[in-house]
Amino acid sequence: MSQFPLTHPGGAHGFVAAWKWLAALALVWILQFTLVGDLDPYFFTILMYAGINVVLAVSLNLVNGFTGQFSMGHAGFMSIGGYTAAFITLFLAEREPALLQGMSGELVFIGVLLLGGIVAGAAGYLVGLPSLRLKGDYLAIVTLGFGEIIRVVILNVNAIGGARGLPNIPALSSFGWVFSWVVFTTFVVWRLVNSSHGREFLSVREDEIAAEAMGVNTTRAKVRAFVIGAFFAGVAGGLFAHYLRYLNPQTFDFNRSFEIIIMVVLGGMGSISGSIFAAVFLTFIREALRYLKDSGITQLDYRMVIYALMLIVLMLTRPNGIFGTREIGDLLPARLRRGRLPQGRAEGIIR
Amino acid sequence: MKISPVLNTFTRVVIATTLSLSLAACTKKSNNASQDATQNAAGDTILVGEVGSMTGSEGTFGTSTHNGIDLAFKQINAKGGVKGKKLALISMDDQGKPEEAATAVTKLITQNKVAAILGEVASSRSLAMAPIAQQYKIPMVTPSSTNPKVTEQGDYIFRVCFIDPFQGTVMAKFAAQNLKLKRVAILRDVKNDYSVGLADFFTATFTQLGGTVVEDQAYSSGDTDFKTQLTNIKGKNPEALMVPGYYTEVGLIARQAREAGIKVPLLGGDGWDSPKLTEIGGVAMNGSFFSNHYSQEDKAPNVQTFVEDYKKIHGVAPDGLAAMGYDAAMVLVDAMNRSPDLASGNIRAALAATKDYPGVTGRITINEKRDAVKSAVVLNIDNGQFKYQTTINP
Repeated sequence: MSQFPLTHPGGAHGFVAAWKWLAALALVWILQFTLVGDLDPYFFTILMYAGINVVLAVSLNLVNGFTGQFSMGHAGFMSIGGYTAAFITLFLAEREPALLQGMSGELVFIGVLLLGGIVAGAAGYLVGLPSLRLKGDYLAIVTLGFGEIIRVVILNVNAIGGARGLPNIPALSSFGWVFSWVVFTTFVVWRLVNSSHGREFLSVREDEIAAEAMGVNTTRAKVRAFVIGAFFAGVAGGLFAHYLRYLNPQTFDFNRSFEIIIMVVLGGMGSISGSIFAAVFLTFIREALRYLKDSGITQLDYRMVIYALMLIVLMLTRPNGIFGTREIGDLLPARLRRGRLPQGRAEGIIR
Repeated sequence: MKISPVLNTFTRVVIATTLSLSLAACTKKSNNASQDATQNAAGDTILVGEVGSMTGSEGTFGTSTHNGIDLAFKQINAKGGVKGKKLALISMDDQGKPEEAATAVTKLITQNKVAAILGEVASSRSLAMAPIAQQYKIPMVTPSSTNPKVTEQGDYIFRVCFIDPFQGTVMAKFAAQNLKLKRVAILRDVKNDYSVGLADFFTATFTQLGGTVVEDQAYSSGDTDFKTQLTNIKGKNPEALMVPGYYTEVGLIARQAREAGIKVPLLGGDGWDSPKLTEIGGVAMNGSFFSNHYSQEDKAPNVQTFVEDYKKIHGVAPDGLAAMGYDAAMVLVDAMNRSPDLASGNIRAALAATKDYPGVTGRITINEKRDAVKSAVVLNIDNGQFKYQTTINP
């Protein structure tokens, strides 16, 4: 059993296990109050989008990477969370503007983010329960259809702006909140995939029939992964809405879902470090390529051509994604790994 | 209890990331400073930023607008520029996405240090950009975003197109003064803000000018059968029928109106502007009128010069969006010329004071809501062709 531990491989529990995550959280808030105010606004904007994309990619990785279910509806969940959160803060801004000031504003913001996440999670449950009995391509099509339904419904509801969108959303997203959620999402997904529940997810990915024979309730495992993924997508939607301060259904079309899938695939299906790296990299590179035209290296705007070309080259050279199923810790020398069994190797053993 | 003396992997990653981020931030800042220095040293160009959807599903909108702006800048520079300085356009693609438009406008303002922003075509992107332009107090002129909320974002946001309901006023004037009508019926799309706004403004102006709205019937977009409403309308015997909807329903309404024996002309707004209108409506549309922003058949000399110059550079006739892009750029240049210097506050004040600027899409005056008050053209439908009829001033 030692080759495939059911508890967290580090062996630590409670506060000891969580101290580094708490330290990361503290660091985020220290940065928020020291460094962030001086950042260049353009760089800061990209940094915020990168953070939001990390939350989206890591949570989608739980579904697509670790559980092996190909979901194409992440933008749909993101829009549900975003619109729910924004609708409430807009309502409050109209009725009780004082509530959104200072400390109570921060509390309201956590509240609406969680609520947005919960509504998105509930939607995930509703979609997941019937459709997760499907496999592969069929599930992909169902989730794609779901994402489009959400978008078209929003387009037609006048109370949330319809096609005109929802402007004047209060600016509540800060560096601190976005990156706290980055830490929290990574923490939850990391601990989850290293727990017995997470092993269920992995077993579903590796061989569904074998998993079922071993007594794993595969539908339950899939729905769980789906709901948790949808929850964080909803939270990311809320963070996005309160940063951009404007929501439009156009933002959440299937292209958006594909962008997140690209991040997961490029980073490596089943690698959290990979998703984080790919999300940050792809967010920054899109903007960095603007300098090509800006500085007169190219006359026309080849930004998206180069972007697409880069994706093709990367996928050809590293078909399993940049990280494969490894984590960044697996790249360290063995003595620094503290007995953690690399996931890549664990799979080798199972296979 | 065991806490490893060696820093844990994750902790390392966090520290490394933080360090690199702060490093990146510092380098960005210093880059910026040097860029500023070179720009100030050069000092002979005025940078203007443009955000548009050059690629993506609305790529043609962005490209047309860009061509219009480009032509305006070339003409101004050929005449010696503004205040002895040349204009330089930095255009950014947003792929039709609001969030990219927001990033692009942040870059234009904070990195490129533009003096003003032109764009976006669509209200959805303009609404994402406007709060940022307002925050940095950089004047922004949108060529064709008609949503009233765009200019409500702040006193640095302007538009050179009219907002939708104004077309109701235009058609009322046209009906009362040019067609000399007294009795008009309305068939409005109740699910559509645009249609309701047009119908309300039409009623107000038409009544004021001494006409009567004899019947006001409703439909919903997506309907295909309008016989009940049309029968009611026929009973009132109007001299014209105002249908301020979109082309699909209008085409069907026209056919069914002719079948029901209503022979009078139909009136409408720019929602009719599509070749699909006459495809669906066929001969039933003949003799009808609708208002629009611009017509290349307009005989005014400045319009004809613009059309010729545009054809020379871009090879095709300018569409409405190109004309509006051209006007947005020209209104901005006009304001820069009138402003005592190029400080953003003074450009803003000059833009707000724009009065009777002779643009190719009409004489433009900016009102206190920073919306354009301007003339509209009325087009006549003749055998499937849209023919320029007249220009109506506000």
